Amino acid sequence: MIEVDGLTKYYGNYHALKGVTFSVAKGEILGFLGPNGAGKTTTMRILTCFFPPTSGKAKVAGFDVFEEPLEVRKRIGYLPENVPLYKDMIVEDYLAFAAGIKGVESKKVKGIVAKVMDECVLTDVSYKFIGELSKGYRQRVGLAQALVNDPEVLILDEPTIGLDPKQIIEIRKLIKNLAGRRTVILSTHILPEVSMTCHRVVIINDGRVIAVDTPQNLTSRVTGANRFLVKIEGPSQHVIKEIESINGVEKVIKKDTSANGIGEYIIESVKGKDIKKEIAPCVVNKGWALLELRPQEMSLEDIFVKLVTKE
Amino acid sequence: MRNFYLIFKKEFKSYFASPVAYVVITMFLILTGYFFYNSLALFSTISFQATMNPMLAKQVGLLNITESVVRPLFGNISIILLLMEPLLTMRLFSEEKKSGTIELLLTYPVTDMGILLGKFFACMAVFIIMIALTILYPLLVIVFGQPEIGPIITGYIGVFLVGASFVSLGIFASSLTENQIIAATVAFGLLLLFWMISFSASLAGQTLGDILSYISLTAHLEGFAKGVIDTTDIVYYLIFISLFLFLTLRILESKKWRG
Repeated sequence: MIEVDGLTKYYGNYHALKGVTFSVAKGEILGFLGPNGAGKTTTMRILTCFFPPTSGKAKVAGFDVFEEPLEVRKRIGYLPENVPLYKDMIVEDYLAFAAGIKGVESKKVKGIVAKVMDECVLTDVSYKFIGELSKGYRQRVGLAQALVNDPEVLILDEPTIGLDPKQIIEIRKLIKNLAGRRTVILSTHILPEVSMTCHRVVIINDGRVIAVDTPQNLTSRVTGANRFLVKIEGPSQHVIKEIESINGVEKVIKKDTSANGIGEYIIESVKGKDIKKEIAPCVVNKGWALLELRPQEMSLEDIFVKLVTKE
Repeated sequence: MRNFYLIFKKEFKSYFASPVAYVVITMFLILTGYFFYNSLALFSTISFQATMNPMLAKQVGLLNITESVVRPLFGNISIILLLMEPLLTMRLFSEEKKSGTIELLLTYPVTDMGILLGKFFACMAVFIIMIALTILYPLLVIVFGQPEIGPIITGYIGVFLVGASFVSLGIFASSLTENQIIAATVAFGLLLLFWMISFSASLAGQTLGDILSYISLTAHLEGFAKGVIDTTDIVYYLIFISLFLFLTLRILESKKWRG
């Protein structure tokens, strides 16, 4: 649905994109991840035909962004980063304007605007000026205008930034509901967002793609081992020694000890070895108490930092 | 075509959604009304005196209502338009750039030309409302005197063309910057320069002087006020308008190659 090949972009002397290549399949939600200034917004602006790349090719829905920008624009819905909207317009009028200009037939405009306002929970504010709306509502108006032409491709630049937690959950739910029929690219630097909503992640840093994978694969790829967090009541020196002797354990790290002799440890095992079953009997046989045992996954934050600093 | 109409409608509405259009139109009418009242009052005083002083009445042109009331009216309207129209045009692109809405607008499936013409004609519509409201003044003259109708009609044609030229240059200035004050200042400055450039014509040499007086906005207005329609004048204004619309289009397109 979207093919990006070797995009570069210069702003004057500043080299913002240094050859970005990835593709997105139909119906997929792609997370676009990277620190501020990595080139996320630049890539999105090229995909939405706001400006052309310095070199490289990008195709959206089979149309080249440089050769046929109008055809591309007809097929996309775009939500820019800080949701620029006409503050002096009424929500309903604005959505009708957006629908008309995106080529929705005059007769159908009213029905489609009503449907989109319903989807984005805007019906209550349909007669308010956009300038009067709170950030959360404005974000939803932004999303509504992106959806109003029933686009094949949705490009959302940091759709949840500046929202309160409840609104973030609502917007995420909305985006998830949009998937399937539509192809979605969403950029963010909030990592849990990616693992919650996206099928695949492109991590970009300093104008380059440094990883493309599913959130799950990324996790295991970077960790390369299974990690467990255990809480054990017992003398910590012996505990560490004893657990290290279990076949398959690679490393035991002591995290914390509280006053009553309860220690917190992180156990890393060799990849592919299941050591869960062996920890409990080992501890119990020694007469210590096993208070907690849970697998610990490396969060996307850890992965992100690991990948970015590796470069 | 449809996109042009949608942008036109949106821009036109937004002039009236804020007090901008109301304030500009009101101030314009107060000023033109003030000048019209003065020339009319002066004319009636002189006429009154002339009934008692036959020598005064013999002076050519003094008691011609077309010469002393209608003609200055169009001159005044043009000057006040020069002061007011940059205030109407300054927001057209600057505001979109500042608030970032241009990013959405330019990613909608609409051509630069559609955007430009929509904005141009929306501003023209406000301008036409402005000058349409001044028709009251010549109407008063027609009711209470016998002016020639011809110069009134050509006078309005002239004002329309010069006003459209102001709008096109104003839009150009607005496309250059995201700061509305800069847009208005550039428009004022350039318009005033085009207005007064013929002043230096007498100082310049023969050829340069001719060129300077030809490119001046004022020089081409005089014919219309006298009741003369000269195709040279019409062509001048049409070229002026299309030149600045063309330049604006180039500015919009320049985002493609500028970093």
